[in-house]
Amino acid sequence: MNDKTLPSTATKSDEAREATLMPPVDVVEDSAGITLYADLPGVSREALHVRVEDDTLFIEGDLALKIPEGMESNHAEVGLSRYRRVFTLSKELDADKVSAELKQGVLKLRIPKAEHAQPKRIQVSVG
Amino acid sequence: MYRTFFPRDIFSELDRLQRQLMSFDGSPSIRGLGNGSFPALNVGGTPSSVEIYAFAPGIDPASLDVSLDRGVLSISGERRSSLPGREEKITVHIDERFAGRFRRVVSLPEDIDADTMSAAYNDGVLHVSVKRRASAQPRRIAIQ
Repeated sequence: MNDKTLPSTATKSDEAREATLMPPVDVVEDSAGITLYADLPGVSREALHVRVEDDTLFIEGDLALKIPEGMESNHAEVGLSRYRRVFTLSKELDADKVSAELKQGVLKLRIPKAEHAQPKRIQVSVG
Repeated sequence: MYRTFFPRDIFSELDRLQRQLMSFDGSPSIRGLGNGSFPALNVGGTPSSVEIYAFAPGIDPASLDVSLDRGVLSISGERRSSLPGREEKITVHIDERFAGRFRRVVSLPEDIDADTMSAAYNDGVLHVSVKRRASAQPRRIAIQ
């Protein structure tokens, strides 16, 4: 009786608990911003969803393979079809200017730092 | 030697361990279980073909080497690191992605026809398909 009502009352936290693959990432920072690379093999541009909510970055994608009809799996190291990874962004990053590029299953995200957070050279005057 | 390619969240990891314990019959394959290797492999079959999927994102298809020798399929190549050199003024916060040379082998069933092997690389997944020999395919025999 009770479990019937479960799907309709599924909340955000339930969604987060769904079993997903965690794509490996590289994150590097330079003076102008952060670059993130994520491995998402099998995810097409249409199936990739990157979004920023408040200061949280969500990377989600659905894996789609060309599987011939009637194929039975003999061995699977990738046993799920959804990728998900979540990061918390820091305040000095400019979430409105995130750019994303997907190439051969690798996502490259560039998150620039907000203008006021960019390093400035301060001239030291000799008095 | 290899780093874990797709670590899962803790709940699904526990679930997977439980399933692995249930199915473990005490004799792992001579080539190992292959967990955590790059690229991750899925293998499946239909009555007429054998399908292999290698999850190898970000590789120049020209540098991928796929060969079949006496029923053993080997996939090798190199993935360059996306991390810049030391001389640049950057900080590496997370470094999880595989970089370097890789090689994985799968032994295929005996009934395959090596001449029909085809390989395609799309969205970072290498798909190798090999047909089974016609004589090995299940046939319906008409009763007279």
